[in-house]
Amino acid sequence: MGTFRSKGWLLICAMLVGSAAAGTPAADEYARGAQVYERCAACHALEADRTGPHHCGLIGRRAGSVPGFPYSPAMRHAGFVWNEKTLDRFLRSPLTTIPGTSMGYDGVKDNGERRALILFLREAGHSERCRGMSARAP
Amino acid sequence: MNTLIRQAVSVVQPRRTFLGRTGLLLSGTAIALLSGREALAAKADKAAESDLRILNTALGAELEAIAAYQVGAESGLLQKPVLDLAMTFQGHHKQHADLLAATIGKLGGRAVSAKDKYSFPVDTLKNQVDVLRFAAGLEKGAVSAYLGAIPLFGNRDLAKAAGSILGDEAMHWAVLRQAVGDVAVPGAFVS
Ligand code: HEC
Repeated sequence: MGTFRSKGWLLICAMLVGSAAAGTPAADEYARGAQVYERCAACHALEADRTGPHHCGLIGRRAGSVPGFPYSPAMRHAGFVWNEKTLDRFLRSPLTTIPGTSMGYDGVKDNGERRALILFLREAGHSERCRGMSARAP
Repeated sequence: MNTLIRQAVSVVQPRRTFLGRTGLLLSGTAIALLSGREALAAKADKAAESDLRILNTALGAELEAIAAYQVGAESGLLQKPVLDLAMTFQGHHKQHADLLAATIGKLGGRAVSAKDKYSFPVDTLKNQVDVLRFAAGLEKGAVSAYLGAIPLFGNRDLAKAAGSILGDEAMHWAVLRQAVGDVAVPGAFVS
């Protein structure tokens, strides 16, 4: 147990160094992704449903599955789970990936920007803020 | 600042022209139907439906922006000249929402209405600068949203209308940046 715990700590430290320490490539990528995410701020937030659904817990969630959110029939019946690959396709061109979606947005065309955005969504999606959200959820 | 607001209003006003012209698209659909070109008519219908979805999503965001400025105004955190500015910007968003709703109606759609409740991060708004930065973030997002809508419209008059609104919201963003002491215009392009 003791060794398990200290190994856990090592892992957490490694993750912090790897993904959050300023100046590291991963931290730069996260910061870049956060900046790209500002383009979504008219409609989305991590923790709250707005014009678009919340993004906490997005990775691993079925498309169109936030309870109570008024999705388009197209999104509700998309029939796939959000992961890096499905997000990459959707965010490149939402309307051609899911014809009939109500997300009237042309997409993020630049591959590098999209990669950073998806990294941000993945990391932020299970951040402290998001854990607070699931604790509050009914 | 007043000049900016006046310019914004005069950009928004010629709306009657493009509202009038959307009738042309519909009569084009009717003609295609009458002449038995169902495929063409169906394609036009699909494009019109897609336009309606984009307009309604934009309307939803505008209605939220109106509510956000209301929260700012009622927070008691804004001093007089800034409060006036916020109310002017809220007025523009109301005009955007009215225009979008009228256009949706004209095109045969049903405009979404405002939600009973919006969730804003009110616990992070502690002073005037917080409120202005929050508003600036929404305006920046709105600029991106319209930029992302413009290439999608089947009806180019709607793209023009979205461009007109984008310009207004970009001005709001710049003025709000200026007000919190950031460089008003951060670059040559918006994204
Ligand atoms: C103009 C408003 C708007 C903008 C801007 C916008 N979205 Fe959306 N988004 C929506 C709406 C509305 C939906 C629901 C779509 C549906 O039901 O068809 C949605 C759905 C989504 C979904 C599916 C979520 C789920 O629960 O299945 C993802 C992922 C997403 N948006 C990501 C983004 C990202 C990332 C950006 C910024 C690059 C962005 N969106 C920009 C309005 C917007």
